[in-house]
Amino acid sequence: MESAQRLDHNGELTLLEFPFIIRWREDRCSRCGRCTAVCPTRAIEPSVMAQRLVYSDGNNSLPATIRRVSQVVRQVNDIARHCVGCATCSLVCPNMAIMPEYNPNHKFLFHKNQGGIPYARGGRRNDATTSTLDKLKFTRISMITTPSLDAGRHEFHLRTLMGRNLPPEALPLELADGLLRPRAGGVIPPVREIFPIRIGGMSIGALSPPMWEGLAMGVAYLNEVENIPVVMCSGEGGLPPRLLRSRYLKYFIPQIASGYFGWDEIIHALPEMIEDPAAIEIKYGQGAKPGDGGLLMAYKVLKLIAKIRGVPMYVDLASPPTHQTKYSIEEAVTKMIQSVSMAWGFRVPVYPKIAGTKTALAVLNNLTRNPYAAALTIDGEDGATGAAYHVSLDKMGHPIASNLRDCYLALVKQGKQNELPLFAAGGVGKEANLAANAAALILLGASGVDIGRYIMQAAAECYGDERNRCNLCNLGRCPRGITTQDPRLYRRLDADRVAERVVDVFKTAEIELKKVFAPMGRSTQLPIGMSDGLGVADPAIAERLQISYVC
Amino acid sequence: MCRLSAISSTEYSSVMEAIIALDTMKEGHDGSGLGVTLKDLGGEFANLKKYPIFSGICTDAGRRKLDDYMEHRGFAVKFKWEPKITEGPGINVSRRGHYLATVYQYPDAYRDRPQADKEELLLGAHQDLRRCGADDESIYAFSLWPDVITLKEVGDPLEVGRFFGFEEKPLTARVVLAQGRQSTNYAIQLYACHPFFLQGYCTMTNGENTAFVPNRHFLTSRGFIGYTGYDSDSEIFCHTLHYVHHQLGYPLPYYKDVATPLKDCEFAARPDGAVLGLLKRSLRQLCIDGPNCSIGFLPDGAVFLFQDSKKLRPGIVGGGPGKYGLMSEECGLEQLLPRRQRQSDIIPMRYDLVIISPGAQEVKVWNQRNGSITTVN
Ligand code: SF4
Ligand code: SF4
Repeated sequence: MESAQRLDHNGELTLLEFPFIIRWREDRCSRCGRCTAVCPTRAIEPSVMAQRLVYSDGNNSLPATIRRVSQVVRQVNDIARHCVGCATCSLVCPNMAIMPEYNPNHKFLFHKNQGGIPYARGGRRNDATTSTLDKLKFTRISMITTPSLDAGRHEFHLRTLMGRNLPPEALPLELADGLLRPRAGGVIPPVREIFPIRIGGMSIGALSPPMWEGLAMGVAYLNEVENIPVVMCSGEGGLPPRLLRSRYLKYFIPQIASGYFGWDEIIHALPEMIEDPAAIEIKYGQGAKPGDGGLLMAYKVLKLIAKIRGVPMYVDLASPPTHQTKYSIEEAVTKMIQSVSMAWGFRVPVYPKIAGTKTALAVLNNLTRNPYAAALTIDGEDGATGAAYHVSLDKMGHPIASNLRDCYLALVKQGKQNELPLFAAGGVGKEANLAANAAALILLGASGVDIGRYIMQAAAECYGDERNRCNLCNLGRCPRGITTQDPRLYRRLDADRVAERVVDVFKTAEIELKKVFAPMGRSTQLPIGMSDGLGVADPAIAERLQISYVC
Repeated sequence: MCRLSAISSTEYSSVMEAIIALDTMKEGHDGSGLGVTLKDLGGEFANLKKYPIFSGICTDAGRRKLDDYMEHRGFAVKFKWEPKITEGPGINVSRRGHYLATVYQYPDAYRDRPQADKEELLLGAHQDLRRCGADDESIYAFSLWPDVITLKEVGDPLEVGRFFGFEEKPLTARVVLAQGRQSTNYAIQLYACHPFFLQGYCTMTNGENTAFVPNRHFLTSRGFIGYTGYDSDSEIFCHTLHYVHHQLGYPLPYYKDVATPLKDCEFAARPDGAVLGLLKRSLRQLCIDGPNCSIGFLPDGAVFLFQDSKKLRPGIVGGGPGKYGLMSEECGLEQLLPRRQRQSDIIPMRYDLVIISPGAQEVKVWNQRNGSITTVN
């Protein structure tokens, strides 16, 4: 017979192995049980504890002891139920009795592979150091011959172009009576004028209904009321059937990725579309998990998602790492761009998105030769995802700054920097400096940037950070209701409030972009590639990005 | 802010007139340099209009290099001119070498070749000379073109004018462009002095061109050998003009549409509105986007002035048939043409492109907003 008391603790972890340790204040706790009910990982549980109290009472001063059983909130030391530091328990606690505390000496990753299953999570690379983008400063301020512009009063045109811009020599124009006019039969590729910050691809399955709706409503409001033409990519997984047939479709970029989820629905809706989408994004790679396909776990595949994606409910939806129907990426890029362009009668810009990589230049060269390629989006290593292996998230990928810069300078060499716009993604706004990061990338040569994680943090209070806080997005247990299909959780999120915050974010970004560009004297066109406006206090970065070193 | 002074006249005008006008605008420039470009030359050059003129500065070694090169390419010297350099108290200009304007005969093989071939030859030779004199600063090659002379030197404009002996023996021309320089963010360098000249196109500009780097990247990636230099952000204006007018073959007004494009909502009012969006997009990287006033001439001798909407104080054009002045400040015009009819002065606004037709008999204002042309005199 085994002893009731364990004699050894082999295989057990101490709480010091865990990344977050729960600080619970017995004196404040009223034992309401809200924290344990709300914890997404069941990292804390109500428990009992036997206490021996020594007391002395009355005239008799001799101490006596009593044993008492009290209810406590206890953190479990089961790695499968580790505390992710989300602090939802603190949020719901009426007495400020509980709070997770980050443990910098944790040994979490040594243990988070039980059963031979590698650690998977959501979020982005766990690197809390200052990113290159945040090291860049705007050092060229017009002072002498040109006074700075007044950001508040001067008229600014903060717009960028998404689509293939013909080189001037190729414009189908002719001269008649001293005036230029379009030549009959000339073909001009579709180009959209948009706000230079887009909302990058986050799928309708990865995001909860109120999150997706909130973003979409915010985008529509920005376009229709605020006159800020923000566009949003669908991510892989289609669009709601009603949106496909609505006039708001023009603000959206449906994404086609290697699983082709949602495309049956999109193609069938084609004859009923009353507006063309803003563009089509073909995803070849994602900065957060280069070489991996998308993944939507079975418990997120509920009725609506299954319908939009055209799949049965409750099955894992894994997209392969590459487009299986094609032989090579060159072929894929060429043929897919062409056939998708054709589906919309060549009225919609079609562009690929790739993960930041040393081989980006090869893709770029391929695109410059393909007259149907409308742009290139490069997603750097700091991009986030709803689900990926930790090793991919933390160790794979290419930083966006030098990747983008190399591509821009390669285009300059070919004289195609205006023809093929580059969009940069991955870590934009990582440290909340959205406009500054966007402006820095524009000065390095980007036509625009994409955001994902930033908008979740700013518009829906996503808990995630670069110390691996929360990052439960892959499990369908998002405590904020952002990345879950569980109505009990997404009820916590108010779509209207998300929309309101989306509007706040873009209105702010517009003002801040003006504040950056005004002192540089630029107001009519975005300062794309105006790298003399940038400086950095790190000589190696300065040399690599070909900008000035300042100190 | 640099000061600009230009003359377009039916009779030949003295370069000194433009320089004195500059002097009245002195408050604005810091006297860091003077550049003049003259076209349609008078005096000794009046009968040599067909022949290319090299103008520049050479050291002794540079002069030998120049002679060797030109001889090697088959150019024969037809006429030599040098300014009568005047030094002394009150003239703080240091002599750099030989200031030259040498007229050449085309190489035999080129005499009967089409104009385009000759232009290509001159451009190539100009680039070669500029390159081979750059390292040791033995040659400053400002222009190599028929009937055009460019001279530049560092110093107060009036003093530089005297230094060149223009008070006694001025160069004369039907088109004179002169600029008094205020150094911008780039080091004072002779090649950074305006006006800038390329294949018959010339401009001078004031104000800082903040879009310089993207502009330069776009031009240098066009594959045209003349798009080099860029010691000044203002050289962009000349090359953009050349690109739009010469390379793309668009009429002059489209130069303004490229450098200072309309807002999209304004296109509809133009008869050619359908193409403006296309031009704006395809030539996005040539948008100047700075508070600049630009004055220049075309190969046919037309002189123009326009500015960006960010320009706080506009330039001015005045005069009458026979002689017009184009200035960055009114006092310069006052100096040049005190007896003109002031009521017909033109103070161009953001939409205006003022064009003095070749021969200086007529001034027209092209309105960018509606494409209309008003003949003023
Ligand atoms: S911080 Fe989050 S994961 Fe940790 S105990 Fe509280 S609710 Fe649970
Ligand atoms: S709050 Fe939701 S979206 Fe944010 S990190 Fe946690 S699980 Fe992911």
